[in-house]
This record gives sequence, C-alpha cells and structure tokens, in this order.
Amino acid sequence: MTARSAPPPKRDWSLRSRAVRAVLYQVLALTLIVLAVWFLAHNTLENMRVRGIQSGFDFLGGPAGFDIGEAAMPYESTEPYWKAFLVGVLNTLRVAITGIVLTTLLGTLIGVGRFSANAIVRGLCYGYVELFRNIPVLLQLLVWYLLLTEWLPDPAEPISLGGLVFLSKGGLSYPVPVWGLGQGLAALGAVAGVVGGWLWAKRARTHFELTGIQKPVLLPTLGLVLAGGLAGWLAGGAPMAWNLPKVGDVAVEGGSALTPEFISVLLGLTFYTAAFVAEVVRAGIASVPRGQAEACGALGLSKGQQMRLVVLPQALRVIIPPMTNQFLNLTKNSSLAVAIGYPDVVSISNTAINQTGRAVECIALIMLVYLITSLSTSGLMNWYNNRAAIKER
Amino acid sequence: MSIPFVAIEARPAPVSTEGLVPWMRRNLFGNPTSTVITLIMLALALLWLPKLLNWAVVHAVVAANADQCQAARGTGACWGVVAEKYRLIIFGRYPFEQQWRPLVATLLLGGLLVASCVRHFWRPQLALAWVVVLALFFALMRGGLLGLAPVETDRWGGLPLTMLLATLSIVGAFPLAVLVALGRRSKMPAIKTVCVLYVELIRGVPLVSVLFMASFMFPLFMPPGTSIDVLVRVLVGITLFAAAYMAEIVRGGLQAIPKGQQEAADTLGLTYWQAQRKIILPQALALVVPGIMNNFIAIFKDTSLVTIVSLYELTGSMSLALNSDSNWRPFKIEAYLFIAAIYFAFCFSMSRYSLWIEKQLSRSKNR
Repeated sequence: MTARSAPPPKRDWSLRSRAVRAVLYQVLALTLIVLAVWFLAHNTLENMRVRGIQSGFDFLGGPAGFDIGEAAMPYESTEPYWKAFLVGVLNTLRVAITGIVLTTLLGTLIGVGRFSANAIVRGLCYGYVELFRNIPVLLQLLVWYLLLTEWLPDPAEPISLGGLVFLSKGGLSYPVPVWGLGQGLAALGAVAGVVGGWLWAKRARTHFELTGIQKPVLLPTLGLVLAGGLAGWLAGGAPMAWNLPKVGDVAVEGGSALTPEFISVLLGLTFYTAAFVAEVVRAGIASVPRGQAEACGALGLSKGQQMRLVVLPQALRVIIPPMTNQFLNLTKNSSLAVAIGYPDVVSISNTAINQTGRAVECIALIMLVYLITSLSTSGLMNWYNNRAAIKER
Repeated sequence: MSIPFVAIEARPAPVSTEGLVPWMRRNLFGNPTSTVITLIMLALALLWLPKLLNWAVVHAVVAANADQCQAARGTGACWGVVAEKYRLIIFGRYPFEQQWRPLVATLLLGGLLVASCVRHFWRPQLALAWVVVLALFFALMRGGLLGLAPVETDRWGGLPLTMLLATLSIVGAFPLAVLVALGRRSKMPAIKTVCVLYVELIRGVPLVSVLFMASFMFPLFMPPGTSIDVLVRVLVGITLFAAAYMAEIVRGGLQAIPKGQQEAADTLGLTYWQAQRKIILPQALALVVPGIMNNFIAIFKDTSLVTIVSLYELTGSMSLALNSDSNWRPFKIEAYLFIAAIYFAFCFSMSRYSLWIEKQLSRSKNR
C-alpha cells in the first residue's frame, strides 16, 4: 500500500477563502482611507487657495508681536514665533511637572488615608475623592481662579506670612537668594552629596546582600547632601544676600512671584488628579492579600517595615500603569489653562492662529508637543515599571 | 476521697461588639494616635462648621435682590443669584419665552436615560424609544414645524446642550470603539495599523486641541461652499476623542477572553462576526463595565470644555449669564457652586449606578 500524501493545498482564489477575503478587506479599507484623506487634503488646499490663506511653517521666523504674561526665559514681543512657542512649551512643562509631583504626594496620602484606623480620616478621604472627581476640572480651575483673583486682598495690602511670603490678587511672592558664586557652589556641593549618597546606598545594598546586616541609608544621604551644600556655601564666602519681597504702593515688589494664573492651574490640576491617584493607590494597596500583612506580623516586622518592604513593592506593580495614565491626563489637562489665560502652549498657539490664520500648522505643533510629552512620560514610566515588575526566572 | 463539687462561676456576658459605642471605640478611639486625630478633627469642626453654616444658611440671602446680596457680602452667601439667573444658567441663550421647549426636551431625554438604566426596560422597544425621543428632542429644540418658531443651534445652551453632547457622543463613540478595538486585535496588518495609529494619536493629544481642530480646521476640510453646524463639528470631535479611549477599555476586555472561546466558535462553524457578536463581545463587555462607565462619566465632564470653542453649555452659559450683568457678577462663586452641584449630582449617580451594574454582573459568577 502506498501512503497517500495529502494533496497540496489548492490556492482558492474565490471569495470563500479567508486569505483572499482578508486581502480584499484591507485593500478596500486602505482605498477608502486614502480617498478620504485625499478628499480632505484637496478640500483644504482648495479652501486655502480660495480664501487666500498661506501655508507653511515660515511664519515661525517672523516677529510674534504679542507679550506673554509670564515666561520662564527672557522673551520680548519683537522676538519670533518659534521663541513664543518655546516659552509656551516651557510653561506647560513647568505646570505639568510641578503638578505631577504634588499630585503624587497628595494622592498617595489620601489613598493611604482610606485605610486609616480612624473613621473620620477614612470618611474625609472618601468625601474628598467623590467630591473632586465628580466635578469637571475646567470648573475647578475657574473656581480657583475666581477665588485667587477676587477673594484675596489687593496687591497693595497683601496677606503676609511672617513678613517673608505675601499672598494677594497679584499672586504669591516669596524670597529668593541672590544668585552668586556662593549659591552656585552650594548647589554643586548638594549635587555632589546626592551622588555620594547614591554610591553609599549601592554599597550598603551589596553589604546587605553579603552579610544580611542593614546599614542606614536615608540619614547618611541627607547628611552628605547637607554637608556638600554647606561646604560649597562656605567655600563661596557664605553669602547672605536674599531678594526679599516688599509691600509697595500698588503691588508687592521684589523677590520671586507666582502668578494667580499659574497657581490656579496648578491647584486645580493637582486637587482634581489627586482624587484619581488616591483611587489608584487604594486599589493597589487593596490588591495585596491580607495574609501578607499577617505574615509580616508573624515575622515581627514593624508597621513601617511591613509597608515599606512587603506591601508597597507588591502594590507598586498594580499602581504604576494606571498612575502613568493619570500623569498623562494631568499633562493633557494642563491645556485647559487657555480658559484662564495662563500662557501655555495651547494658549500661545491660539493667539498665533488668530494673528496668522495658520490653523493647520499651529494645531499640528500643539499635537506634536503633546505627543512628545506623552510618549516620553510613558517611556519613563515603562522603564520604572520594568524595574518594579515581578522578577521571575 | 471524692473531690467536692465546685460549681464553675458563670462566664461574664460577652462584650458587646455591635452598636454605636463599640463602633466608636474601635473606629474613633482605637489607639492613641486615632484618639488624638479624632479630638483634633472635632475641634476643627467646632471651629469651622458654625462659620460655614453662618455663611451658607444663617446669613445667606435667598431672595433675588442684588442690594440685599451686596449688603450681606462677606458674611453670607447670595443664593439670590441662583434664584435670579437660574433660567439663563440652565437654558443659556435660548429665547426666554420659548424656554418650555428645552425644558420638555431635557425632561424627555433625562427620563429616557433613567429608563434605559432600569432592567425592566431592557427590551428591543427601547431602541425605538431612543429614536423617537431624539427626534422629538431635535424637533422641540430646533422648531420650524408645527408652528414652533425656529431656533438656530448657536442659541442652544445650558443643561440641554450638555446632556445632548454627552448622550450623542456616548451613543456614537461606543460602536466605533468596539469596531476599533476589534480592528486593533485583527490579524490583517493594514487594518490593525490604522486602528493603532488612530488610538495612539488621539490619546496623545488633549481634547482642547481636538476641539480647536473641529472649530478651526473642520471648515477647511469641507468642499468649498458647504458649511457644517458648529454643534455637529464639536460633536464629531468629542465622539472621535471618546472612542479612542473607550476602544482601549474594550480591548482590555477582549484580551481577557481565553483563546479557547474563539476556537470553540470556529469549531462550531460560526463566522467571524457571529463569533464576536454571540460569544466574544458579550463576555468582554461584561468584564469592562466599570471602565466603560468611568469613561461615560469622563465624557460628561469633558463636555464642559466646549465652552472654550464658544458653545455655551452649562459652564459657558453660567459665565455668559453673570459676566453680562455687573449687579450680579460679584456673586459668581455661588453660581459656580450651583452648577458644580448639578455636575456632581449627574456624575455621582452615574458612578453609583455603575456599582449596581457591577453587582448584577458578578451575580453570575457567584454560585
């Protein structure tokens, strides 16, 4: 008997073949999309020609001609558009990064507060979460802005905190050191201290893995940073000059200041996102089985050790991915600053659109900026997530 | 020798663990730290609650009288601003004498939304009810037939607009999201790439920029001479935006379905769409109900952003109502609290409803 080999699979070029249909569907879908894009692009070009709109990014080199209320870098209205955009991007990053740091702190506190032994703390944390996440963030921004610009006293008679910090309709003024050689060296020393602390932590870890004996890490690091800063400061001649804010006739002068726009965007975004972060943290901690805590008790670990060594490392795995989403949301929501006149990148683009009419280019720039920020944030958080992820064989 | 009988003393009654006092002992005075916190909180409450009550209730002005409000400024809230402006806030710029129309339309839509949440009404006729109510909504709002005066969409505003934007973008985004989620898991590379690009691009940019695009660029996209209503443009923008987020949630549900389900469906000879419709999607969607509900809440809150492109929904109509009137402008904060309460009521009830649905779904899992 001869073994019958299976007949070679027949290429069936009929519509009943899955492979053929797959190719057909894809060709169809692509054709439709290409047609749609062509239609839109054709219309856009046609409209631009009819209305006499110029296109292209050449306008970025021309003078912007508008002032920006607050700029993180020197900027004049005669300078070109690309510089105005850069100022906007820096303002967006400034509010987003500060907001992310504050949100993480506040949200973690409130999330942990949901597990408090005290019913009042638990209730307050729950109330906070429900209140702040169920009201649109835009409304919250507007309320903060209203409170800061209408309910605070006039800049001529601000609320004073110890005569150093002043709060008024004009914003928050605070003292800053006069930047000089001493301060520069102090900062350098502090950075050296951080590096030293990191090296020490590495050594302590190796030592722990070899012998099982823990060495203190936090206090020596803090000491190194302080000592480095102090040494730098002394080496620079121990300068004592501070730029103090003073109450002037119409406004607070001197020092450094945060505008009410910046503060309200920051507060609005922080309080809103913190409610979501608190829920993320709560879910993370709740995901660690109770048996883990009981096992810690059996091993004789203290409450703090239990949190730091056992619960948090496991909770972090659950927390990090949704936390990344919240950070991205905060960054994207910072675009709402346009509603209260904080000059972020969206608000600058809005002005630029009104002045030049280059809507397509400006919106493309906004999208590019946010895409880059979002992608780099998620890249960074993915790297951190990989570090915290479970290590298996 | 016999051991004399000694009766064992009766055990003391167990300490009660039920009731208010034991609960307080456990939850308010459980340990020293807890006790200190409780005392501090009580002190703060005694300090601040009377002040708050004084402001909000005792010294508050309820009458719509700007002079009284001005006199009570700083000591009491002016709820009079709500009494005076509530129609402008809730119905926006809609012609004043015609405002019964948005009222009826909103009640109809709201009633239908509530009915859609009740299990008893989950039957095919509900879809018909939706078509009828949406048609009625537009007929009432737009007018121009049955002797109703026509009202252009740029005069629509307030709560009806908020509800319309939220409802229509949810209704539009959901099917699109399911299609995109399926496309993203498809084995056809071209379709997969298109879906991935769409989702990632939209999720990478803020809604404000999508709305700007809808209001500035959309007119450029259309053939010369045609103009599309700004309401429709914004609606398309929100729908496309919401669908990208929802697609990711649905994809999460699809990923959680074991491969064997699809294989079993193939074995039974079901076509791709039959398998998705009868086997995969019912399970996947049930898994992600909480996520989808959260997304609905987010869309509802996000409708407040359309005020940036000059559509006066609830937030915008409030600003519009107060900014134009210098007598009442100082009392904006009370008006803000009023609309915040409206948003809160909607969002909070949605999140409670989502908890109820979750419970209904988990019933099938608990034997």
